[in-house]
Amino acid sequence: MTLTRFVTKNAFRNKRRSVLTVLSIGGSLLLLTFLITIWRTFYDSKPSEQSAQRLIVRHKVSLVFNLPSYYKQKIQAIPGVKEVVNQQWFGGQYMDDKPEHFIAQFGTDPQELMKVYPEFKIPADQLEAWQHDRAGAIVDVGLARKFGWKVGDRLNITGKIFPLNLELTIRGIFIPPDPTQSIYFNKDYIDEGFPRLKGSEGFYAVLADSPQNVPKVAQAIDETFRNADRPTKSESEHTFQLGFIGMLGNIKAFIMSICLAVVFTILLVSANTMAMSIRERTREVAVLKTLGFTRNSILGLFVGEAVSLAVVGGLVGSLLCFFIVSAMASQGGMFTGMKVTPITILVSLLIAALVGFVSSFIPSYHAAKVNIVDGLRHIG
Amino acid sequence: MAIPLSYNVRNLRLRKSLTIMTALGIALTVATAVFIMALLAGLGRAFATTGDPLNVLMLRKGSDSELAAGGVSRDAFQVLKELPGIARNSKGDPLVSGEDILVVVLPRKGGTGETNVTTRFMSPMGLEMRPQIHITQGRWFTPGQREVVVSSSINKRFEHANLGDTVHIGKGEWPIVGIFDGSGTAHDSEIWGDVNQLVTDFERTVYSSVLVRATDPASAQALKNRANDDQRLELNGLLEPDYYASQTKSGGPIKVVGWIVAFIMAVGSCFAAANTMYAAVAYRGREIATLRVIGFSRPSILTSFMLESLLLSLLGATLGIILMLPFNGMTTGTQNQVTFSEVVFSLQMTPVVVMSAVIFALIMGVVGGFAPAWHASRRDILSALRD
Repeated sequence: MTLTRFVTKNAFRNKRRSVLTVLSIGGSLLLLTFLITIWRTFYDSKPSEQSAQRLIVRHKVSLVFNLPSYYKQKIQAIPGVKEVVNQQWFGGQYMDDKPEHFIAQFGTDPQELMKVYPEFKIPADQLEAWQHDRAGAIVDVGLARKFGWKVGDRLNITGKIFPLNLELTIRGIFIPPDPTQSIYFNKDYIDEGFPRLKGSEGFYAVLADSPQNVPKVAQAIDETFRNADRPTKSESEHTFQLGFIGMLGNIKAFIMSICLAVVFTILLVSANTMAMSIRERTREVAVLKTLGFTRNSILGLFVGEAVSLAVVGGLVGSLLCFFIVSAMASQGGMFTGMKVTPITILVSLLIAALVGFVSSFIPSYHAAKVNIVDGLRHIG
Repeated sequence: MAIPLSYNVRNLRLRKSLTIMTALGIALTVATAVFIMALLAGLGRAFATTGDPLNVLMLRKGSDSELAAGGVSRDAFQVLKELPGIARNSKGDPLVSGEDILVVVLPRKGGTGETNVTTRFMSPMGLEMRPQIHITQGRWFTPGQREVVVSSSINKRFEHANLGDTVHIGKGEWPIVGIFDGSGTAHDSEIWGDVNQLVTDFERTVYSSVLVRATDPASAQALKNRANDDQRLELNGLLEPDYYASQTKSGGPIKVVGWIVAFIMAVGSCFAAANTMYAAVAYRGREIATLRVIGFSRPSILTSFMLESLLLSLLGATLGIILMLPFNGMTTGTQNQVTFSEVVFSLQMTPVVVMSAVIFALIMGVVGGFAPAWHASRRDILSALRD
């Protein structure tokens, strides 16, 4: 019998306890993997190639203030700027206000949009159809699939911010590299129903000539409008998106504190199990010692047992998390675009192994130190 | 006959470290649940305590937020002032306040990013209609001046929000001349300034909202209906408390993530509790058999072990609640999903939260303890004695 086999045999000797421990650790690790996934989706996601090349220009004070339409030409003239497109958040409601029916709606210029978002794939004839229909819209393929929309379908959006309702016809379905939950329509439609908006835009999306130039272009744009009536704030698309997450509150502290609680729980569970099984085996340890096993190898046996239990728990938890998150992400809503990556699973497993190691160290150390005679005399 | 409870207490005390570790595990789960429930309770309280049932909030027809584009026209405002059922102050002026809402972006303290802050502009009448809000430092803004007052929560949570600092709004800098106490209402998340000055600066032609005070509840309802039915006014009238209550949905994301977290942690804790109880049963195989021989019935053994599990989880609940006590009253903020700006609220460990936490822990105790207790009561006496 090899040492590893001895360790695994021992780990699953008391089957019920091992299963309960694995499930308990698995539950905690499921949560930990989930939290790491949220964290990584929010803070560690690398912007795509095109996204890194884009900037968002908005009113310096707040997104709710608009920028004049003539800024477009001025921005276009700034060195390093390739393309500019205006956008207006409509903030209307599709069906009802349930979060699973959320759709981001943007009024924009159909002639320019695809120049700034070249990664959106759309058949040329659909794009052309959209450009020719003032009440037309193009929709994200994910939304189309979720709601069963087809080209030619009607789409009614109730205005919440603006006093008008949109009655759109779907003219095209675009395929973005990552889910956007967005539909785009002609901004002129809003202007007609709400003339006060004419001549102003919510924000501008700008495509720079290279990702390296983005900070320079941002600075140049803000410099141009510094003393204007409506000063601007320009930032990379990625920073802009992170700003929205920041508004939800101190998410980082929230996630960190829960992660800490979870890790500590695993530590307790694992330490508890190890303390129980080591206590039962005091006599065995004495026997092993009589057979010539050294203190260190006994220590290693127990630590190995704890680590293998924790890792099995971690595997169960992180794989379960993988399936749950995949299922939730396909449902749409706030989990769209979330993915449990192999690296996240690896990180969870490492944490599990580490916690298993730490939790078993003290009881194992004591067990290894036990005097042979005392150990043999011990009654379970 | 029932086995005395002291038997279980002694058993828990006998295996101290095992008991404490399991209880701590439950405590952490309970603490997390308390944290989430206290957040939601605090958020709920901020909105529930805002608004006077005699006040009717008038918005543009079709909108349900003060921040929507378009608003209440000056003409409608004049008409509202003359409607029957409107209360008047000691000078005989109608209690009607035209208000404008903007959001300004302020950086949070501690470098955790910047966020939108609701800024409400009103006339002195608006202040008169909210007598529960009072100034704690400095003074109210002067009508006709670019001056603002900030709530004490804004003052605490944001950079450059102290007396003497300025806020950039539209065409100029608005100095902060006072700090007010919003007494836990949604106004705790606001900055207030003079409406006439703003109208001049921004050339606003409409009010974001108009607040109207009725003489009695029946008139409030009548005013609301009148506003909704009058085609000429194009208004959406809401009782003020209803308007704020609808914003409680801002806690949605916290609720969803919170309950997922609490549920998964609870499942983990149930397994851990089961583990501990199985060990307790295993160690006491002979003891249980002896109890049976003496004449204790199977149901009483089952009850006894269930009680022990419940005691364990109760201990965990107590520890968890004590663990969270220092955080009671801590203020935090999230995004208001109606106004897209920050709403400041505090963690509130209300009696309901504490009771729910205890029940939550007891459920874990029942789920975790049942199988081991069942197992204990079913064991064969002879083989157990022989162990």
